[in-house]
This record gives sequence, structure tokens and C-alpha cells, in this order.
Amino acid sequence: MQTLKLSELAKTIRSKNAGVDRITFDIIFRDARTYEAVRRSGALSREAVLALYGLPESRLTDFVEFEPALAIKFTIARLRPSGSPGDPDIFGAQQYAPLLDVLVNLPDNEAIQPAA
Amino acid sequence: MQTARIICPNGHLGFAPLKPESFALGVAAGPDFIAADSGSDDVGPGPLGSDTSTSPLAWQTHDLEAMLLAARARGVPMMIGSAGDTGTNSRVDLYVGIIKELARKHKLPKFRLGYFYSEVDREVLRAAIRSDEPIEGLEGRGVLTESELDATSRVVAMAGVHPFMALLDQGADVIIGGRSSDSAIFAAAALHRGHSEGLSYYLGKVLECASFCAEPYGGKETVLGEIVDGGVHVTAMHPNQRCTIASVAGHAMYERSNPYYEFVAGGMLDMSQCHYEQISEKTTRVTGPRFVPAGRVRVKLEGAAKIGERYVGLAAVRDPYTIAHIDAVIGWARQQVRDRFGETGYELHYTVYGRDGVMGPLEPVKTPAHELCIMVQAVAPTKEMAEELCITGTRQMFYARLPDVKGTAGSVAFALDEVLPASAAYRWSVNHTLAVDDPLALFPLHLCDAGI
Repeated sequence: MQTLKLSELAKTIRSKNAGVDRITFDIIFRDARTYEAVRRSGALSREAVLALYGLPESRLTDFVEFEPALAIKFTIARLRPSGSPGDPDIFGAQQYAPLLDVLVNLPDNEAIQPAA
Repeated sequence: MQTARIICPNGHLGFAPLKPESFALGVAAGPDFIAADSGSDDVGPGPLGSDTSTSPLAWQTHDLEAMLLAARARGVPMMIGSAGDTGTNSRVDLYVGIIKELARKHKLPKFRLGYFYSEVDREVLRAAIRSDEPIEGLEGRGVLTESELDATSRVVAMAGVHPFMALLDQGADVIIGGRSSDSAIFAAAALHRGHSEGLSYYLGKVLECASFCAEPYGGKETVLGEIVDGGVHVTAMHPNQRCTIASVAGHAMYERSNPYYEFVAGGMLDMSQCHYEQISEKTTRVTGPRFVPAGRVRVKLEGAAKIGERYVGLAAVRDPYTIAHIDAVIGWARQQVRDRFGETGYELHYTVYGRDGVMGPLEPVKTPAHELCIMVQAVAPTKEMAEELCITGTRQMFYARLPDVKGTAGSVAFALDEVLPASAAYRWSVNHTLAVDDPLALFPLHLCDAGI
């Protein structure tokens, strides 16, 4: 068993507004093997994302494994629309940080070299 | 069928200037259209509500000048959507004025300048609310109510391809659009040339953010898209950028909830059957997008409502005991505000940087840093009240009464013993769709001469 952080496995981890009421998260991998290994590990599932962000299921509006882009993508509902007074992240651009340290357990037969 | 080679130099014209080198390469590649989107709802509800731009006039003019000169030199149409960040009428007029002035400055031979507005009359919406076809909410919102409409300062409708195509049909050489779907600007050009809806809308989708569909990452560089033998070809113009399967497919999911479906006025682009193929170093070919026409055309509406005038205050904390009890400090200050102003009729927000300032309740890290900065936002009906509210909510943290604090000369540090006026506070009050019989009905068209 090998355990790596998501930040060592993904090429891109980002968050951004998807319209004014939602924030969408993209985790993009460099190659199909890493994408498949992370997908199979279950480290990024609906349940894992809900637990990480402390969200009720109702606020996770989309969860998509997007093979053409080697990406796992999910979207959450904001409590108030973007840019309302008190919203600290109008673009939703810094909400991805907790994803960086998500631990991914990979079986030895899927051993992967961490990206730089 | 005529070719539809389109270059896009900027994904949000004006927000940051286009890069001239890749734009020159794009122009040299011989486009049939030069087009860009100039708006976004990412900038928050303030610009729409207050009818202002967030982009500097100098950058807007810079990009419009580069595009206009290239388009007129080649004799091809130039198309801009969502003028001036928001696409309100004043922003369309602003861009139309810039184009006319640039045409005079460069003594451009006379050309036809088309433009359309996107602001929606309140009474049109009121009539719709009272009709048997309500204004439906998007993303979980309920139908639009009259009270919410009355609270809203300004509403724009999101144009599809229709006003762009109508102006091209009427011979416009330059088009300045009000609020528009990003992809519709480019799709209209390809549809005007007789291409299929699926490929035309996909072409628009892939071009709308310029080099965001290329790698390595680098914005504001020009990309070229065209429809060739039943597929969309997209090519990076910057010498060091490439459009790859990963970068093009990756862009399909950027800024949207679902990477497979894109809704525009008049239908939905279905990208679920797209096939991506790298056909040369810098070019990816995409086949298989489909367009599913809507039975009834629904136009998206955006509206912003003013909440009030706003002041901002800042305070910081270093004492670990005070940090551990920061909620009590804020609670004290809030109580002083309540004692002075009552429970309602204003908003008071505390953002605690060093604890959960960026993420709020989404923050999984529960241990605060060794120092905190607290931003106080006070919103009230008048500037005078907002200022006093903000001073109270900020300065009273200094006087917070914590039982075991050692430092009794002040609970917070002030870098500024003042509060600062900020832009008025707005909220997105309208994120809805309106059914229309005529997709042009909300977008009055205009055509005039520019140049000499």
C-alpha cells in the first residue's frame, strides 16, 4: 500500500464560480493511469467530499468523473450568492485548498511516482 | 459552405489586456471573424447594480483598438458580447463610442456599426410574473416575485445567437453586444456561414475564454477555431502554447457545474458524445457535439439588488487568550451595535482571517493562527449610518470584556483608527429565465455608420 497526497497526484486542483449560486471544483490528472487509480481509490467520492467540507448532501449539486479531461469534478451550492456582503471569496477561487492534503491509498500494483 | 475561421484574443476583454504577439499571429492566420466576450458575472453584483465597469477604460480601449484595426484591415467582422463587464445599455453605449472615436482617430473608411441592448424593462418582467408562465429560478431558486423584482436595481437578459446573426444579416461590420452568452458570439458567426448548430455552438464554447483552452496555462493569448470536414479545429497561436486533448476537454468543464451540457437561449449544447483527437502539435479536433433545440425559448436574466451603503473596518489580535475567545470579542461588539441600532435594518459581517476568513463554515482546519485579522463590513441604508455602524462594530472590539484577559488596555490592534468607505453592497437577486415568443424581442437592434 502506498499513500500519497492528492496534491502529489493531480496536475490541477482548482475551484471557481459556476454561475452566481455555485462553486465548482476540478481535480485534473496528468495521465489516464493516475486518474484511474485515484478514481478507484475512493478518496474522492461524493461521501469523501461531503465529509471534507462538512456539507449536507443537499449542497453537493454535481459529482462527475470526466474521462475526456482525466478529471474528477464536483459542484456545491453557495449559502448566499457570490459577492453578497460578507462573501469572502467572490470568485470562489480559494475554496480548493483542503483538497490538496486529501490522502489517497493506492495498492502496490498501482504504485505511482508522485508528480514534482 | 463558406469557411468560419474565428480568432479570440481575450476571454474577458478589458479585465486584463490581450497579448499582442499571439494576436498578431492569429490575424496573420487569416481569420474570417475576430470576436471576444467582454463580460462576466464573476465580478459580483456590484457593477451591474451600480451600472459601472470593473475594467479600466484604458484596457477596454486597448483591446477594442487592436481588434478593430485588424478587422477593418482584413475586411472581416468584429464581434463583441457583454460590453463593459455587465452588458448594460450604458456599457454598450460606452463601447459604441469607443469604436466611433477609434475609427475617427485612425481615419478608417466608413463601415457599418451594429449594436444591441440587453437591459430588460421592469414592467415586461412584472407582466411575465403575473402571467401563467412564471419567471423560473435557476440553480434551485424559486420563481421571481414582484417584491424581489421591486428590490432589484437593474436586470439584463442574456442574448443567444439571434441578435448577432440578425446584425450580420443586416451587414454589420462591427457588432457591440449587450449581455450575451459567451459561446453565442462565436456560434452566431459560424451559423451565419451556414454551419451546423452542434459544431457552431461547440466552436463558441471552446473559443470563449481564448487561451484557457490551451496549455501550458496562460491567459489572454489568442486562439484560432474553425469548422473543417465535420469537426471543430482549435489551435493555439502563442508559440509556446498548444491545444491538446486534455486542455480542450479540460476547458469544457471550466466554470460550469457539468462538463457535458451548456444551456443557451434556444437550446442546449450536448458535449457528452464529443470525441477529441490531436491532429497536429498545436491543434485538437473535436467531433460529435450535438445541439438540442428547446421547445420554448427561455432567456436567462441577471439582476442585482442594492442592499445599502457600506463601510469597512479592520482590527487585529495577537493575545492567544483573546484569539481563543474571538467569538466573545465579536459578540461583545455586536451587542453594542444592537444596543445602538436595534436588531434589524442593517447588515454587519465579521470575517476572521487566520481562522476561517477565506472559507467560513467550509473551513476544515479548526486551529487558529497565532494572529488574526478581522474585517468588519457594515451595510446600512445611508452612508452616515453605515459609517457609525462600522465604527461601533470595529472599535467596540477594542473594549471587549473578557474575564481573564491580562491585557486590559485594549483587546485588538488597529493599523488604522478609522473605517473606510467601500462600494455599495448589492446581491444577485435575479438568476432566472424568462420565456419569450421571439428570441429577438428583448434585444433591440441598432445600426449606424462609423469611420469617414
